[in-house]
Parts: sequence; C-alpha cells; structure tokens
Amino acid sequence: MIDNTIVFPVIVHLFTAILLLFFWRKTIAHRIISILGNTIGMLIAIRLFTKVWQGDILTMQAAGWDSPFGITFVADVFSSSMVLLTSFSGLAVSVFSATGIARGRIIYGYFPIFHFLLMGLNGAFLTGDIFNLYVWFEVIIIASFVLMTLGGRKAQIEGSVKYMAMNILASTFFLTGIAILYGITGTLNMADLSLKVAALENRTLVDLTAIFFIIGFGIKSAVFPLYFWLPSSYHTPPSAVAAIFGGLLTKVGIYALFRMFTLIFIPDEFTRTLLIGIAIFTILTGTFGAVIKTNIRRLFSYLIVCHIGFMVGGLGMYSEVALTGALFYLFHDIMVKTNMFLMAGLIRKLRGTMNMDKLGGLYAQYPLLSLLMAIVLFSLVGIPPLSGFWPKIYLFEAGFMDNQYALIAAIIIGSFATLYVISMMWAKVFWKDQPATEGETVLTDDFQPLSAFRKSLLVAPIVFLAGITLYIGLGAENITAVAKHIAGEMKDTTPYIEAVLGTNESQ
Amino acid sequence: MEIVFIVLIAVLYAGGIFMLLRRSMVKLLIGITLLGNGANLLIFLLGNITKGKPPVIDSAAKLFTDIYADPVPQALILTAIVIGFGIQSFAIVLLKRVYVLVNSDDLDDLNTPEEEDI
Repeated sequence: MIDNTIVFPVIVHLFTAILLLFFWRKTIAHRIISILGNTIGMLIAIRLFTKVWQGDILTMQAAGWDSPFGITFVADVFSSSMVLLTSFSGLAVSVFSATGIARGRIIYGYFPIFHFLLMGLNGAFLTGDIFNLYVWFEVIIIASFVLMTLGGRKAQIEGSVKYMAMNILASTFFLTGIAILYGITGTLNMADLSLKVAALENRTLVDLTAIFFIIGFGIKSAVFPLYFWLPSSYHTPPSAVAAIFGGLLTKVGIYALFRMFTLIFIPDEFTRTLLIGIAIFTILTGTFGAVIKTNIRRLFSYLIVCHIGFMVGGLGMYSEVALTGALFYLFHDIMVKTNMFLMAGLIRKLRGTMNMDKLGGLYAQYPLLSLLMAIVLFSLVGIPPLSGFWPKIYLFEAGFMDNQYALIAAIIIGSFATLYVISMMWAKVFWKDQPATEGETVLTDDFQPLSAFRKSLLVAPIVFLAGITLYIGLGAENITAVAKHIAGEMKDTTPYIEAVLGTNESQ
Repeated sequence: MEIVFIVLIAVLYAGGIFMLLRRSMVKLLIGITLLGNGANLLIFLLGNITKGKPPVIDSAAKLFTDIYADPVPQALILTAIVIGFGIQSFAIVLLKRVYVLVNSDDLDDLNTPEEEDI
C-alpha cells in the first residue's frame, strides 16, 4: 500500500535540526525545541506503528519512480517498531540532555547534530534500497563523529580516532559489498535483490559477497573479532551521547544484518555456522571483558558487546523461534542499554566519578533512585518476570531444537556473568560504604544543588525508559506477538517483496 | 580496458589496507583515502564499462535493444565521492586536533590511563 506519510519520522528530525540552526547559541530555545521535536517524532512513530501493525506493509516510491528503479521507502512491522523504539530513546535522551549536557556543548550545536543522528537512524530503518541504506549509514556516522568529539577533551578525541577509523573501514567494506552485489545482479532495490540473488547459480560468489556485508555490519554492531573500538571509545563522550550510541548505533548494525540475511542472503549452512561461531565468541569475550572493569561505563560497554552475541546467535540459528527470541532481545536491549548509560550519567552527577572503587553508599543516601536503577539492572540480568528473561526462553528453545549446545552454553555463561557483574556493581556502588577519600580528591555532588525542575529532567527519562522496560517484561505477550509477526515476515518474505514491487508483476 | 582497472583496484585496496595497519596517523588517513577511491573504481568497473553508448532511447523506438552504458554506477560513485570527501576532511581536522593534544603521530600514544577518564 502506498503511503507517503512514512517519511515523516525522517522529515520531523530534519526540520527540527534546521529550525535549531536558526536559534544558534540560544541554549534554552535549543532545549525546548529539541524536546518538542522529539515528542512530535514519538507521536508520529506511534501512529506509523499502529498503522503498520493493523494494516499491511506501507511503501513510498521517491519522486514517483516505480521500484525497482527508484528509491523505495518501506515500513513493515520490523522497521516501524525500530522507529518507535528510536523515538522513545530519542525523547528520553533529549530530556536528559537538557540538564546532562554542559552549556558549552549546546552552544556548539549539540542538539542539531543529535537530530541529524536521529534522522539518519530513522532513514536507515525505513529505506528499502541498499545504496540508500549506505547513505543513511554515512549520515549516522558523520553525526556520531561530531557528537563524539564535541567538547574536545583529550580522552574524547583519542577515543574518536579509534571509533572513526573502524567506522570508515566498515563503510568501505559495505560499499565494496554493494559494488559486487550490483555487479552480479544489476539492481539496488532490496526486494528485487531478494529475487535476483535467489536465482543466481554461483552460490560461492553470493557467499563471498555476504562476507563483505558480515564484516561491514559486524564492525558497526561490534561482534567478536571486530569489537575493540567500542570499549575503547564509548566511555569517553558525555553520558547522554553514550546512551544514544549504546542504545541505538550498534543496534542499527544488527538491524541491517537481520534485514540483509533474512531478505537477500538467506543463510545457508556456511553462513549459519559462521554467525553462530561469531555469536559464541562475542558473548564470551564481552563477559570476560566486563568482569575485570572498574569504570561503570567501560563495564557497560563490554556488556553491550556480550549481548550483541545473543542477537547474532538468534539470527545464526535462523528458525522462527530463534528469530522471535533475537528480536525480543533487540527491543529489550535498546531500551535497557540507553537507560543504563543515562544511569551512569546520573551516578556521575551524584558523585562526580564513575570509578566503582571510589563510589559507594548510594542506597543509603538515595534509596528511591537506587530502587529505580535496580529495576533496570534486574531487567538487564533477566530476573523473571522482567524483560531480559523472556527472549532467553525462546533462544534456549531454538537452541535445543537446532542442537546448538555450544551457543546455549555461551548464553548461559553470558547470563551468569552479567548477573555476577551487575551484583558486583550493585554491591560496590550502592551497598558498600562511601570509601574515605584520600588527600585532594574530594567527590562532588552536582545533583543536590540543582533546582527541583532540573533534577526531575534528569530522573524523568530514566523513569520513562524503566516504565517501557517494565511493560516489555510484564506485557511480554504483546511484545512476543510483535516479535513472532516479524519473525514470520522474515521467514516468508513474499508479502514484503509484493508490497515493494507491486503484485501485478510478481514473478 | 578492464584489466587496467582490475590491477588499479587491487593496488588501491592492498595499499589502503597496508597503510591502515601502520602506526602513524597520517598513514591511517592515506589508507582511508586509498580504500575509498578503490571502492569507487570498483563500482565503476562492476557497472560494465561501455564506451560511446549513451543510455538514451530513440524517440521512435519503443524498446531499448542496443548495448548501453549503465548510468546508475556513475550516480553511485558521485554520491560516494561526496560522502568520502566530507568524511576525509573531518578525519584530517580530527587528526590535526589529536596531534595538537597528544603531540605525537603514533597511534600507540593514544592511551590515556583509565584513572583520568573519571
């Protein structure tokens, strides 16, 4: 069904960003416009999701050029739910940034760049053209480079070099993959590619092309041999920026992997073994990294790597149950990871440090805030009935059906290590007495002197995201229905292809 | 004609990856640039190079039966060049900034100890 309103999630952020440029250096106007823009974006995303969920797949042909010749925008349930989750994260981070980002950074254009980043994310989720996907990826990375370097502290700039080098390399691999794919099929439309790649005789060439995409998206989503840039850069920018990066930037790589490997390269034996192998090592290296870290954000960075493995493993098993589990985990992970970095920012405000050895006594001083954070941390660990628990059931079930015992073992080790790391963190940050500060390092509380309104701006986004996480956990049957529906669409791509190419020329 | 492109692309990719693996930041930058150019040429090559056959349909004809040069790769390359230009200029400015802050061209000097990042 053709519906031109599906580009609204992209346009609303573009307009907000441009509007913000007219209010250069006016920080209060920036904060208000950004929050308003994100609220409108969220309403549009909710409308898009309900429309797609009730009806069928919506498409839009840019400038009226029929597919497969023009650029197609497609909103199926997978795309629109990702857009919806992006809008939740975007709103939460935008509200948090109003207090959490220093004035100096806002003056130099933090909010416009933030909206360009959200525009890129929404574009990447909604496009149905592979070269267009590449362009949206570039929009995302150039915006993220600026967000990462904005402020210019030494550690930040150093982290950015690693981040930049790996991301540019990933884009080059992606572009190489597109070049070969265009060379062997002569089309760029994903639905058309799906038909043409399936008809190719030379499967080795297809596998070889698939490798380029695995490497390109693998670097972006930080899987096993390619993840080193993530823990060495995500702890450097301000927490609000780290939240949007940790919540969404690796997940857009996962989204692209799911899209490519369920629509265009249907995983054969070789690809599935490769993906499962990658997943196992990603989970293990992520957990081992997380166990030894003392800085909260470095610890969270390794947990991101660890949990990426769960989703890649689900894709590798490629059964409907496994995909359901992986998608459910993806939804849960976006909300929880965004919230965790926001919490790290709040802890930094409360105590002036993120080093667990220097922290302590938060539970005694702020019992309510601590309980709020406990909900999020327990969801991450997956204590039933919270949100991290349900997807693992599906992943285990799929693993037993598929005899992937190594992957099951890795997921169990990963879950236990997460539990260990989080309980260690809970004990060190919340329960342990505040260690005596030796000498000149006096910990500062930037939270207490703030006015009640600004305090609520810091806490409200965490409450908001924790509420969504609770809903994902307690209303799991609804989320499962969505995940099952998407998994069904992934196993049977005919509706997608017909929606894009039109039923009249089905082959 | 194609063989020249194939050799050139191979050299650009190999040179780019080799440069990326060096420790110097300026060489990292050169590596990124070489790789980007290699990828652009690859798109051009894989779009089936055809000389002197524009993709213009005769006004009298209904069907396009002739061999024609594919216009899509050129549009793709143009986009990729513009994006590459933007990203490389950002990379140059960033590396200049790193050089000012760290006072070194060596990537191994980029490890501020964990204590400093609060």
